[in-house]
Amino acid sequence: MPQADAQPLKPEPEPQAQDVTMSDTPSPVQGSNDKVNLEDLFDDEDSDPEFPSSVPQINSEEEPSQTEPIKITPRSSFSDPEIIRAFYQRLFPFRYLFQWLNHSAAPSNDFAHREFAFTLPNDAYLRYQSFTTADLLRKQCIQMLPTRFEIGPVYSSNPRERKTLRKASAFRPVSKELVFDIDMTDYDDVRTCCTGASICHKCWSFITMAIKVVDVALREDFGFKHILWVYSGRRGAHAWVCDKRARLLDDSRRRAIAGYLELLKGGDQGGKKVNIRRPLHPHLDRSLEILKRHFQTSILIEQDPWGAEDKYAHLLQLLPDPTLRAALQKKWDSSPSRASTAKWADIDALAKTGALSKSSRDLLEAKQDIVLEYTYPRLDAEVSKKLNHLLKSPFVVHPGTGRVCVPIDTRKVEEFDPLGVPTVTQLLTEIDEWEGEEGKDGGKKLQDWEKTNLKPYVEFFRTFVAGLLKEEKGGVKREREDGGDAMEF
Amino acid sequence: MIRHDYSRVDPKRRANLDYKKKQFAKPEFKQQDYEHRLNYYILPPTAEITLEEFETWAINRLKVLSELEACSFRNKTPEETTEYMTGIINKYLPLRSNSSRSQNLQGERKKDHYSHFILRLAFSATEDLRRRFARLETMLFRLRFKDDDIRERKEFVSSLKLEWEEVGEDEKKEFGSELIAAGGVRKGEEQEWFKVDWERVPELVEQRRVFLRRGKAYVPQREQMSLVVAEFTKRLDDALELTARALPRLDEDDRLAPILAHLSQSFATPDAAYSSSDASIDGLSTITAASIDTLSTHFPMCMQNLHTNLKANSHLKHYGRLQYTLFLKGIGLNLDECIVFWRRSFKLMTDDKFAKEYKYNIRHSYGDVGGDANRRGRGYTPYSCQKILTEPLPGAGQNHGCPYRTFTVDNLTALLQKTGVNDRDLLRTVKEDVGKQRYHVACNRVFEWAHRREIKKVKDDGSWSATDLDTIVHPNTYFKRSWLLKHLGEGNVGVVNGGEKMEE
Ligand SMILES: [Zn+2]
Repeated sequence: MPQADAQPLKPEPEPQAQDVTMSDTPSPVQGSNDKVNLEDLFDDEDSDPEFPSSVPQINSEEEPSQTEPIKITPRSSFSDPEIIRAFYQRLFPFRYLFQWLNHSAAPSNDFAHREFAFTLPNDAYLRYQSFTTADLLRKQCIQMLPTRFEIGPVYSSNPRERKTLRKASAFRPVSKELVFDIDMTDYDDVRTCCTGASICHKCWSFITMAIKVVDVALREDFGFKHILWVYSGRRGAHAWVCDKRARLLDDSRRRAIAGYLELLKGGDQGGKKVNIRRPLHPHLDRSLEILKRHFQTSILIEQDPWGAEDKYAHLLQLLPDPTLRAALQKKWDSSPSRASTAKWADIDALAKTGALSKSSRDLLEAKQDIVLEYTYPRLDAEVSKKLNHLLKSPFVVHPGTGRVCVPIDTRKVEEFDPLGVPTVTQLLTEIDEWEGEEGKDGGKKLQDWEKTNLKPYVEFFRTFVAGLLKEEKGGVKREREDGGDAMEF
Repeated sequence: MIRHDYSRVDPKRRANLDYKKKQFAKPEFKQQDYEHRLNYYILPPTAEITLEEFETWAINRLKVLSELEACSFRNKTPEETTEYMTGIINKYLPLRSNSSRSQNLQGERKKDHYSHFILRLAFSATEDLRRRFARLETMLFRLRFKDDDIRERKEFVSSLKLEWEEVGEDEKKEFGSELIAAGGVRKGEEQEWFKVDWERVPELVEQRRVFLRRGKAYVPQREQMSLVVAEFTKRLDDALELTARALPRLDEDDRLAPILAHLSQSFATPDAAYSSSDASIDGLSTITAASIDTLSTHFPMCMQNLHTNLKANSHLKHYGRLQYTLFLKGIGLNLDECIVFWRRSFKLMTDDKFAKEYKYNIRHSYGDVGGDANRRGRGYTPYSCQKILTEPLPGAGQNHGCPYRTFTVDNLTALLQKTGVNDRDLLRTVKEDVGKQRYHVACNRVFEWAHRREIKKVKDDGSWSATDLDTIVHPNTYFKRSWLLKHLGEGNVGVVNGGEKMEE
């Protein structure tokens, strides 16, 4: 019987591990009563065209809808235990999650030594959970009904057995995807449309801009190919860089990437947050090109940051030219609520009339800095710097909104609508509504997610995982071929 | 004579032995030839050295590394560090270039090579020590790389075969503006770049000082040093990891184990043996029991604290007496005067009690009584900072130990202020040092502050060298240096001393 132990990672919420009775948790160790039999693991009759053979069949996931239809009423809440259970039973794509983290079809330590951390309905936080198969992960989810779970690194040995190791050094994190976390809270000083936890389409464009800038840098500059962007369920996005080269980075290299991408310094104290040398580094130059286009609409028109009387002081503060500043101050004091677009245009207009004591080059650079201050990605860099940092799994339900943390297709990043992301209750209703049409589909039984609006997201994820596995397979082969006897010791 | 089979501790090297070559290989353990001044320490030493060389060389290198660490703790600039370290290195671990035409080039390089590998053994046991060792070795390497003869450095770098791809003309043309924007080109600079996996230059990436494309970093020629240094660190880290894994096998050699254990211990606080020359100070007339009170202004905090408590309570407990007696003996107070000193200090005690219970211990400390060994050794040696810092903490009513370690921060601050240390910045940094358990660094900082004018003077007029002002790791050195600095220009005292100041 493995002890599920709860270790506090974050200061809040206060973990209440002691209160969690684990006596009836199914054992995740193979050979118990749980039916993970080898035949299932090596079942060749797989209908999935993308993984034609030797893919572990997770039978229980394939169980279609013998379970009774869930009664979703308008009053059902997405945190009801029944809702959560049905979600894990019928919708969560455990199989693709397994393949994603395992990097091959046959179970390996990449998955078995991976840490999962569960947040339980009573807010207890269980760290160092691990599972040998997707089905065991699924069983524990159904058993414990975590409101969400997080994914940590692959360790050098099984996380559940870390305390039995003689030497503490035998238990250390070995690899994990390079991750990024972009959250709207970091934009509060430039966001005017909403406050706190709420978002709208206007402010979502901050996240869109961030994804564009970071994604292209990771691909073009660092050469990564397998980058999964995931909606965080409320007001942000996560990135998982899954290339092997990224997974093996140590902390100092992770810090280097975070530093490379980080630009804004200085917190909320006001003042200038952008201090960069010229000529602009190619990454910043490219970012500026991307962001300039968004600045006109997303910032000047939609956020209108300097429209109000008490707001344009900050803009003046960011302009280094005293003569120009005085001229603008005079103009805006007489019509304080001129829209931001007009005020932005005033800068060049007045500069052209000669109200400039410094060079126009200085002014151009100051304006570039302003564009960057208002648009450049604001990363929660600490998340990226540590190999052993945990991050919420894709496809879990955000406990505050009920929305599923679905992948974002960066090829259509502008079309992504966070407010249109399905909620768990909506999805379960869709399964129920589908029931009548079952069987029309030429015999092949559909999986529940295929009957819902989750379908495109799961399919996108499946394709992403397939691409990753394909590359890993090639990589392993190559290593075998030219590694040869260099692997002796 | 000892021969240590280093191939046992480097499995990597063992694994690389080609069995086909093996049968033709010459017997090993011959003298190596050092073509370059700088060394990546890839090949372990193979020749025999004496046990004495083994220990002395290691201690000398340790001295250099400890001084380097002290520089970084004290936030010295690279220029200040170079200036400070030059004298230290020349004294303990000189390493000259080929162009110097020195007769002893090979000997210097051998010592450098061997001492590095000995410390590698001593410091690979825990991750903490490994990290610290790698950091300091990297600092030393960087320091030497910077001041190397330019031509010889170039030869050394090309001998490393670091697999740097040179950026060809086509790419230079294609990414011309990006390369310049990323690296910043200075006037008259050669416009050459290397292409390496970006992971090899994390600092340059972090600061956006290189152009990146598809996972490759385009590194300007001038950043070569950080590449060479980063590679040095990486290889050392890997090698230390391997050494650590092979370490248990080393325990078999019982001649080396105690030496290695001692070395890694002294890394906590550099140890220093007391030298009798510390007792002979030019210009200082014979010390008597009556002069101790006056001289106590030159005492380090650990001794001043004992002195004050003795005056206030007319008593000190056993460990305090021992620590203080040995220190007084170390500054040159002879046995008779020492007995007088204690007798006068224990004001409330009868002569009889003093004679019965205390006198013997004092005589014992001086080697006047006791077993043969004690007498032959002329009693106990004055305690070094390391000894004082590793003793059990004082209990109630006890005053021994180092106040930087034993006092609470508030009490320490009060104590320092009482002795005239009132600079707020200084007190703040001392607090930081103490928080990081760098007690001897804090003590040295206070010393430097209290003697700042004098130190400036002897530096400016060149009368003292950097080694005369190296980190203090012995209370008696503290006293001697303080006294000399405060009596500059009085008779002979401009000269620190005739010969060696510290015994190794
Ligand atoms: Zn909004």
